[in-house]
Amino acid sequence: MAERRIRILLSKPGLDGHDRGAKVLARCFRDAGFEVIYTGCHQTPEQIAAAAIQEDVDVVGLSCLSGAHKYLFPQVVKLLKAEGADDITVIGGGIIPEQDMQPLYDAGLKALFTPGAKLDSLVEWINTNVTPRA
Amino acid sequence: MKELGQKVLAGDVRSASRLIRNLEDQIPGTHVAMQEIFTKTGNAHVIGITGAPGAGKSTLTDELVFSWRQRNKTVGVLAVDPTSPFTGGALLGDRIRMLRHAEDKGVFLRSLATRGSMGGISKAVGEGIHVMDAMGKDTIIVETVGVGQQEVEIINHAHTVIVVLVPGMGDEIQALKAGLMEIADIFIINKADRDGAASLYKEVTNMVHMSVTKGGWEIPVLLVESVQEPKKFAESVSAVCDKIEDHYRYLVDKNLLSERLRRKTAAEFNEALWAAILQPVLNDLDAGGEMEKMVDQLLKKETDPYTLAAEVAVRYKNKV
Repeated sequence: MAERRIRILLSKPGLDGHDRGAKVLARCFRDAGFEVIYTGCHQTPEQIAAAAIQEDVDVVGLSCLSGAHKYLFPQVVKLLKAEGADDITVIGGGIIPEQDMQPLYDAGLKALFTPGAKLDSLVEWINTNVTPRA
Repeated sequence: MKELGQKVLAGDVRSASRLIRNLEDQIPGTHVAMQEIFTKTGNAHVIGITGAPGAGKSTLTDELVFSWRQRNKTVGVLAVDPTSPFTGGALLGDRIRMLRHAEDKGVFLRSLATRGSMGGISKAVGEGIHVMDAMGKDTIIVETVGVGQQEVEIINHAHTVIVVLVPGMGDEIQALKAGLMEIADIFIINKADRDGAASLYKEVTNMVHMSVTKGGWEIPVLLVESVQEPKKFAESVSAVCDKIEDHYRYLVDKNLLSERLRRKTAAEFNEALWAAILQPVLNDLDAGGEMEKMVDQLLKKETDPYTLAAEVAVRYKNKV
């Protein structure tokens, strides 16, 4: 009877309205059997962290195509940590240059996906690396 | 689990959301936290907002939250969206309309998937209301999934039910049908700038006038202007808020507030009894492989379910 279902918050931080990718992912995660909370565009890191906590998600997926990922992604990680919610896995995607990858991983991002990433590979990554919290 | 209840009572959002998740996932032992909070609940005004998909429930909820915050009330929102019958996944999108409240500590917004429930809400909504109530939220809004004519489960959970209608959904016969059109304490005609709003208003008003008013509450039919006209929209939603408060006072004055929830309370007790009495028996029969054997007997028509059940009842009589 008891069954943990993966909950994931999908959000687009910052000034970026290119949400096609995020919407495709929302649909893909839905079809993978996850519960997806989609907040849409133009979110501040504060809004995203607050929503993640209110929704008790396992994963926060951030999509950013504007180039501001180096500030916005780590900021979400930091705010979650400040709320004692650093057990929430934060992953990101978008136009992320190679040289930005390591600093983002160092900042606490658990995975990064760039154009060309297969939808299946994202689902698989989550199924492999995320256990819904007990 | 014990700690969780205490944290919820202290208003901790993370614990409350976690407890709601445990309820959704039906994690064993969740009742321990519920035991701690149950007697502390019963202070919130619970409002149900229901209507067809795309009728504007989330946008209205957002503005209602704003109105209550202006009136210094804290608000909890349980927003329900459908679970896929194929994959079990869900896309919960009500939050998109309510982003401006994300950082407001006086607002707790939680999205839920129906997880197979057919009544327009999820099974965890009833207890989710208790959780938000225990946190001390003054007002709790339950936004149902987009419903059809028959998904009226919300009446068992809300003190005040708001049915949101939009023009263009059918003729006056629709307004006379049973189900959804019977459950409103307040009707809202949303997107009132659209063609057909005036005739819908007339039809619903006529229908309301035909209904027997119970205890003196006359069901108001309120027009809400398009969100494209922010000032008019805000004013009309503020008027809705006034009516909701009128309805609350009416329920209090007539001593109907708790009476509204009699069915829910009985159902909860029923479920608790089931969990305490029947579930252990089923677990025991399952564990010993006896359940399968009994099903085999029934398949072979060696006996009937009534006789078997009576035997089981006698056997476990003094054991649970």
